[in-house]
Amino acid sequence: MKPTDLVDQSSLRDDIPDFAPGDTLKVNVRVVEGTRERVQLFQGAVIRRQGGGLQETFTVRKLSFGVGVERTFPVHSPSIASIEVVSRGDVRRAKLYYLRDRVGKKAKIKEKR
Amino acid sequence: MKGSTVTTTWMSMSPGARVIVVMATKTVVGEKVGMTQVWDENNNVVPVTVLRVEPCRVVQVKTPDSDGYSAVQVTFGTRDARKLSQPEAGHFSKAGVEPGVRLVELRLDDVSAYEVGQEIGVDILEAGERVDVTAISKGKGWAGVMKRHNFSGMSASHGTHKTHRKPGSIGQCATPARVFKGTRMAGQMGNEKVTILNLKVVEADAGRNILLVRGAVPGPNGGLVVIRDAVKGGK
Repeated sequence: MKPTDLVDQSSLRDDIPDFAPGDTLKVNVRVVEGTRERVQLFQGAVIRRQGGGLQETFTVRKLSFGVGVERTFPVHSPSIASIEVVSRGDVRRAKLYYLRDRVGKKAKIKEKR
Repeated sequence: MKGSTVTTTWMSMSPGARVIVVMATKTVVGEKVGMTQVWDENNNVVPVTVLRVEPCRVVQVKTPDSDGYSAVQVTFGTRDARKLSQPEAGHFSKAGVEPGVRLVELRLDDVSAYEVGQEIGVDILEAGERVDVTAISKGKGWAGVMKRHNFSGMSASHGTHKTHRKPGSIGQCATPARVFKGTRMAGQMGNEKVTILNLKVVEADAGRNILLVRGAVPGPNGGLVVIRDAVKGGK
């Protein structure tokens, strides 16, 4: 236990589902436009999960009009409205950076069964 | 310094020269716990240092009349009374204060609000305020110029011989025929008193005796820090 855990306790979220690299996620992100707040969907594959405790982050990669887009979120960020696991991926690595060099069918992640 | 709410003392130095000495109005001692992060109201990450500020007890109030300057001497924590030296035991018993781990002197401009035995806690500070934090930095030992002053060092190749991390030239030739004072060289790095100015208080929790300040604070986790309200303007 780290000495700063007592401070972190209040910021930790318990509504985050279990997910691992290779999984496909729907991340609902709160976006503030002026005074209005809306929820934006970011859907893609988790290619990395790093750090621990409150500092833990994960990166979601998706293809947007043929261009790879990666977005990194803190797991416990209050700007995440919700996370939904779409599918579980069958992968052999913790960091799926090899997906960046692949396109088309080769970039597909096998689904866990 | 104009418009500042910090009280100022006029002190005459050399003839004709007058220097404004700005001093803190409130101060407290604490212990560095470590760094973490919190989120602000706009969901942005704020890096914070957690400081544990247990209520400290005033052991002695120093005034210009009695000591030539003004300060409060405080102690915190508890220490076995049998383990005190006789001078320490006498000092604590004279004040009628429970013996603490160590004695720390806090310089203040005006000590009239303090009396012996009084407790000072984190409740004197509030979120949004600016504070200065003083601590002893981590010692790095005797360090070369690359580590101590961010010098570039020299080339790894092109004929460089055994001088890869050395400073190179430290001056001119027959004129001035000496090395200027203050020339940056290798030497002791760290383990010195460092004050970080104008850190913003993110949270002051009197219930848990915890103070969160934005940014880093010198010294190791568990080290003693002195917190005072900002003396150089920051609002």
